Amino acid sequence: MTALDRAPDGPAEAGQVAAPDEAAGPTGLLRALVRNRLAAAALVVLAAFVVVALVGDRVAPYGPNEVSSADKLRAPSLEHPFGTDQLGRDVLSRVLIGAEPSLRVGLVAVGIALVAGVVLGLVAGYYRGLVDDVVMRCMDVLFAFPAILLAIAVMAIRGRGATNAMIAIGVVYTPIFARVTRASVLTVREQVFVRAARSIGAGDLRIMTRHVLPNVAAPIIVQTSISLAFAILAEAALSFIGLGTQPPEPSWGRMLADGRGFIQDAWWMAVFPGLAIFAVVLSFNVTGDALRDALDPRQRSAIESAAGRG
Amino acid sequence: MTAPARTGADAPPAPDDVLLRAEGLAVHFPQRGGPPVRAVDGVDLEVRRGETLGLVGESGCGKSTLGLALLRLVEPTAGRIELDGTDVTALGRRELRGLRRRVAMVFQDPYASLDPRQTIGRIVAEPLEVHGLAPGRAARRARVDELLAMVGLDPSFRDRRPHELSGGQRQRVGVARALAGEPELIVCDEPISSLDVSIQAQVLNLLVRLQRELGLTYLFVAHDLAAVQHVSDRVAVMYLGRIVEVGDTARVTGDPAHPYTRALLSAVPVPDPPAERVRRRIVLSGDVPSPAAPPSGCRFRTRCPDAFEPCPHVDPALADLGGGHRAACHLHGVVGTPVDEAGAALLDDPA
Amino acid sequence: MAAEPVLAVDDLRVTIATRRGPARVVNGVSWAVAPGETLAVVGESGSGKSVSVLSLLGLVPRPPATVTGRATFQGQDLVALPEEALRKVRGPGIAMVFQDPMTSLNPVLTVGRQLTEGMEVHLGLDRRAATERAAELLDLVGIPSPRERLASYPHHLSGGMRQRVMIAVALSCEPAVLIADEATTALDVTIQAQIVELIAELQRELGMAVVWITHDLGVVAGIADRVAVMYAGRIVEEGAVDDLYADPRHPYTRGLLASLPVLGDRARGGEGRHPADLAVIPGLPPDPVHLPPGCPFHPRCPVRADERCATEEPPLRPVPGARGPAPHRVATFYDLPPEDRR
Repeated sequence: MTALDRAPDGPAEAGQVAAPDEAAGPTGLLRALVRNRLAAAALVVLAAFVVVALVGDRVAPYGPNEVSSADKLRAPSLEHPFGTDQLGRDVLSRVLIGAEPSLRVGLVAVGIALVAGVVLGLVAGYYRGLVDDVVMRCMDVLFAFPAILLAIAVMAIRGRGATNAMIAIGVVYTPIFARVTRASVLTVREQVFVRAARSIGAGDLRIMTRHVLPNVAAPIIVQTSISLAFAILAEAALSFIGLGTQPPEPSWGRMLADGRGFIQDAWWMAVFPGLAIFAVVLSFNVTGDALRDALDPRQRSAIESAAGRG
Repeated sequence: MTAPARTGADAPPAPDDVLLRAEGLAVHFPQRGGPPVRAVDGVDLEVRRGETLGLVGESGCGKSTLGLALLRLVEPTAGRIELDGTDVTALGRRELRGLRRRVAMVFQDPYASLDPRQTIGRIVAEPLEVHGLAPGRAARRARVDELLAMVGLDPSFRDRRPHELSGGQRQRVGVARALAGEPELIVCDEPISSLDVSIQAQVLNLLVRLQRELGLTYLFVAHDLAAVQHVSDRVAVMYLGRIVEVGDTARVTGDPAHPYTRALLSAVPVPDPPAERVRRRIVLSGDVPSPAAPPSGCRFRTRCPDAFEPCPHVDPALADLGGGHRAACHLHGVVGTPVDEAGAALLDDPA
Repeated sequence: MAAEPVLAVDDLRVTIATRRGPARVVNGVSWAVAPGETLAVVGESGSGKSVSVLSLLGLVPRPPATVTGRATFQGQDLVALPEEALRKVRGPGIAMVFQDPMTSLNPVLTVGRQLTEGMEVHLGLDRRAATERAAELLDLVGIPSPRERLASYPHHLSGGMRQRVMIAVALSCEPAVLIADEATTALDVTIQAQIVELIAELQRELGMAVVWITHDLGVVAGIADRVAVMYAGRIVEEGAVDDLYADPRHPYTRGLLASLPVLGDRARGGEGRHPADLAVIPGLPPDPVHLPPGCPFHPRCPVRADERCATEEPPLRPVPGARGPAPHRVATFYDLPPEDRR
């Protein structure tokens, strides 16, 4: 018998964590995002737009509907850095003030789609069978419509305006959230830890909310940022065709619509709101990509795994 | 919580003090475009209170499915399961929760069996929440610390996440979670096969110590015969959905009655080079037949070195060989269910 | 073994760049294997055993890995060889069999095609000759109805069969060295016995050198001529299999052997009716990014009989009384008293 027999479990095994993780949690996520310089820049841009949306009406040099017949169709200048439109309104002010409705519609619409889609996808993916078939066929039907047509159809039923635009866009994007959620749920529900939760007596609701949902969050978050980009574009499109934000409230889409007729003579009327849309959409896309990479921490490269466990 | 002091903790578990009984248990999985997979195909099993019953077999024999069926994590297709007299197979959804408190499971894969998004504290506390044990934040926290200490983990692990722990540490968390509901029976499904060799010993010691201190009953399912015989009072051997031999560990491993058990034992490598060199291995021919189409009569006959006349015609039943040792093999007398006329004839006239 | 080694590794070191810093996975490993000989490299996860042989065949991408040292095979240094030349060595020179046949066999190629591919490339056979040989190989590895099997896909076969196909693929170019990396770990014990037997038989017939990488000390006892025990990227003990098992001289080796449950031990030991505790090595293997100074095992070592253990790495030196060209060696500063392991 050597001294090795009768050794207890040992304080070392009991006390030391094998691989402490400083990169966990939301702070770790932020740190990872910031490390990616492109994503950091995108986040700054987004933050700037959010600020503008919140305080735009206060920092704008002019009112959104301050007409001035003397200053019609002026090119960008010191008094009007973005120029003026056909009614003499300051384009810069309208772009700043128009940020709020453009972003708001996008955010709320995605919020609707997120909640509705995730719930549907979660239930369909978890229960499978008849529930799954019914829900997903409905989603397929919605999916089959071109997005704009679907939005127009909804608005034809409900009427015009920003609120109805939110609902319409929300409906249009629900299926993608449902699909993304369901796909992840299908994988997660087969995992052993779900079976383990069942083995200790957890019910379906607890399993769905405590175990499945948090583990499908990553693709949903990524999808959210991508959909935000599209929702902004959708709002712009709807306003462009006159269905979304109604005049005189400025929105970037509306401004694009108005500026279309003046492209030759007053390009600034369409270009600046267009650039704003472009900047926000691009930033959302870049952030979405960066989020996807950052949220995949368990995808260490095979080599790193071999280094730790070879 | 302290378990009531077990009187006579060193006494072997009594044969008539049965905690869990399975009769005619079957679990069949439907297969598209083919016959169902008969993972468990007629199993009678008894687990005595306070014992460790080892369940060995190779992949595809149905031992894991059997363990899952006992908790109704997969639904039995036929048969009966009784826990302390209560018919488990008939329980409704609400009552199932009660069952899952009395029978707990430790899973094989320490990496997959813990929710990666939860902290260790939440994972261990979950059974307490589900069953309303230790109500109140303080009580719950104290109980979690107690459970962690019981499995040899520092309470500071409470706030860590699974990926920060080693395989052995995660498996201890799995054990702590299984203990939280204060179960009577724990089904250990390959609890050490995914662990490194030096950690396996740690976890085995832990399981034995907990049994001794808490008066637990274990069903220890594994393919590693050396580990199983080390911890088990009795051993049952499974092949293709059936139990082919069961009895005291010493009897089954020292004097196996079924050819499959003999082959299994001869195939287990032993860390002793001179012994290994002279060892005569019983090498089984061929592969395990598909559980969707088990051979008629004795399912082992296609690979059995001792197959003889009655084997294709009579499906052997577990026959008593004395002292609780039972084996399903015609070498000890033709007993069982005939599958055809020839079989029936053999049974009528066993000469 | 007095014979000339066919593969000789000398001071192999592999460091892998990771996010947390450089991971020193292999730290000066040297061994050699002769034709017809079986060397077992034993270790747990994190010991570097797999990475050490993968790096020999250039299967560890560099970067992020840095590989130094020498590996002499047929007059060439594998570590210094460029990819082109290495490709020619893989297959006809050194062949590997991996743990999981499902992922190492191509699921969209038939069994036959996987066999003939290598032969056409390395041996220059035409399709017909290669197919003929493929059928022979399948027969050699004990697959029933080999000709029909050529048209099967991997998922049609059981685990044991797939592993046999892997072995056939490995043998198809008649390698001088066969490396089996946890080749039977995922297999049932009865199938494992078949595969082990098969490889031993093939080795006798073909005179290959075989390197078994495994953590299973039971399997090693049955198949190895020599054993090298790895811990934290180093060899801590090596020697003839009988010597090592009968009288292990390193605390880690002793700990490993003592912690194994062995068939029949239940009948022998125990307090009351509960089994005796298995001997346990407390603690965890070190993190390759943060290796402790001195002997890598010393934080967990129950012996630590020399003050140098914490500061210097003990070199591999012959055990007292060891003789011969490849003696029993151990990496400690002190000598443990011999242990009676019977």
